[in-house]
Amino acid sequence: MSVVAARQLQDGDVCFVGIGLPSEAANLARLSHAPNVVLIYESGTIGTRPEVLPLSIGDGELAEKADLVVGMPEVFNYWLQAGRVDVGFLSAAQIDRFGNLNSTVVGPYEVPGVRLPGAGGAPEIASGAGRLIVLLRQTKRSFVPEVDFVTSVGFGRDGRGRSELWGAGPAIVITDLGVLTPDPRSNELRLTAVHPGVELDQVREATGWDLDIEADLATTGPPTTIELDVLRSLKIRTETAHSR
Amino acid sequence: MAELTTLRDAVADLVTDGAAVALEGFTHLIPFAAGHELIRQKRRDLTLIRMTPDVIYDQMIGMGCARKLVFSWGGNPGVGSLHRFRDAVENQFPGPLELEEHSHAGMANRYVAGASGIPFAVMRGYQGTDLLEQTNVALIECPFTGEQLTAVPCLTPDVAIIHAQQADPRGNVSMWGITGVQKEAVLSAHAAIVTVEEIVDELSPRHPNQVVLPSWAVDAVALVPRGSHPSYAMGYSSRDNRFYKEWDVISRDREVFSRWMETHVLGTSDHAEYLGAIQDELDG
Repeated sequence: MSVVAARQLQDGDVCFVGIGLPSEAANLARLSHAPNVVLIYESGTIGTRPEVLPLSIGDGELAEKADLVVGMPEVFNYWLQAGRVDVGFLSAAQIDRFGNLNSTVVGPYEVPGVRLPGAGGAPEIASGAGRLIVLLRQTKRSFVPEVDFVTSVGFGRDGRGRSELWGAGPAIVITDLGVLTPDPRSNELRLTAVHPGVELDQVREATGWDLDIEADLATTGPPTTIELDVLRSLKIRTETAHSR
Repeated sequence: MAELTTLRDAVADLVTDGAAVALEGFTHLIPFAAGHELIRQKRRDLTLIRMTPDVIYDQMIGMGCARKLVFSWGGNPGVGSLHRFRDAVENQFPGPLELEEHSHAGMANRYVAGASGIPFAVMRGYQGTDLLEQTNVALIECPFTGEQLTAVPCLTPDVAIIHAQQADPRGNVSMWGITGVQKEAVLSAHAAIVTVEEIVDELSPRHPNQVVLPSWAVDAVALVPRGSHPSYAMGYSSRDNRFYKEWDVISRDREVFSRWMETHVLGTSDHAEYLGAIQDELDG
């Protein structure tokens, strides 16, 4: 999953990175095929090259290894809102068939079943980045017909698109089972590739709506030895650093 | 001019029950010692303002200091939920907590408006999201282009509290590394308290992104070494990631949480004693 996500980044891309899976994928790209990728974290660390994956979005490692560190108004206004970011990498608790993302509540807002952390930088990353890549594990609980709360807008609750809105909407959704992309006409997410060894039934089972499947479904390329080595050593370095 | 004082006196003088208080510091330089002092002095009905509530507001909410929370991301970074925050929202324990939530960009711009002395800031964003219905922003038309934009109201806390690396004897303050919205928070507030790692004879260039706040823009400066633990101060300490992970266990259970707060915060008279208590636990 991280490997397929990492391949979405091209050398030289300016990438606004969320913590967790997105951070792992973005750093894998930087340490393998895209050494000149520019990573920006919302803590204001721009052009950072962490040796280990940060636990929080503001770990000292990110500031020490950055080209520059700026304040929060600057990172969101001058760098993201003004259109200087090519790729946004986000995760969420829920996604729906029209690519809307929820990281606010499960259940009604006033009496939530589960109170999630909330928006953070996500809504503006989703709209402000040139190309939005979403990364999350696929289950019936996370892939729902309609999100309980639109924290970051994909193609809207009605799927009618974003002609009135800032930004382009998600370009691609990468999960542990495969790859989904929005249909150019309906804006509904459809399965366009599966990872090697994944059965279609598995994907259908893990999706909360009747999933549309591309006629000539692709299979993602298996991880190369180099990708696996880089990812493994990154994870080992990270675990060692955080257990101190 | 800032007064060089103790944290205890600064909190007693400047923070009243019912005040709107912003403790800022984005992962780095979080003013934990000041939060603990607010808990020790049993402040109540506070409106707590902060982009990332983090463990410090989890502690204050769990101890019953807060009436309202104004925020943009309420989690334990890299670990998971803030359990005391969730218990307050989901079960109204230890009391109801009113929420006003925004995006990070929205909060950052609200501080900018406050620091600039204008009633609102203008940005893109919020449109198409459900946040629009749940919070206090307004759509406005650009008078020059006709574009529909989002107005976010200024934040003007009664008191802003931050932690910084250094101050000089006159109360000028210096901080560097990830400096978040601290400058904006201080300049947007009616009063500001700064805790520092060290008092130095003279401030000197330390880092390319150093931020300096002049003494006359701050009300109180207090020397509190390691005042941001378990957060960190670049050049002085590292983030205590192990503590953040342990907090997940401590905060999950109401009684375990209460006992921990009794022992480490209410049962200690100041931050130096807290550090001693925490050290015993981490070593044991």
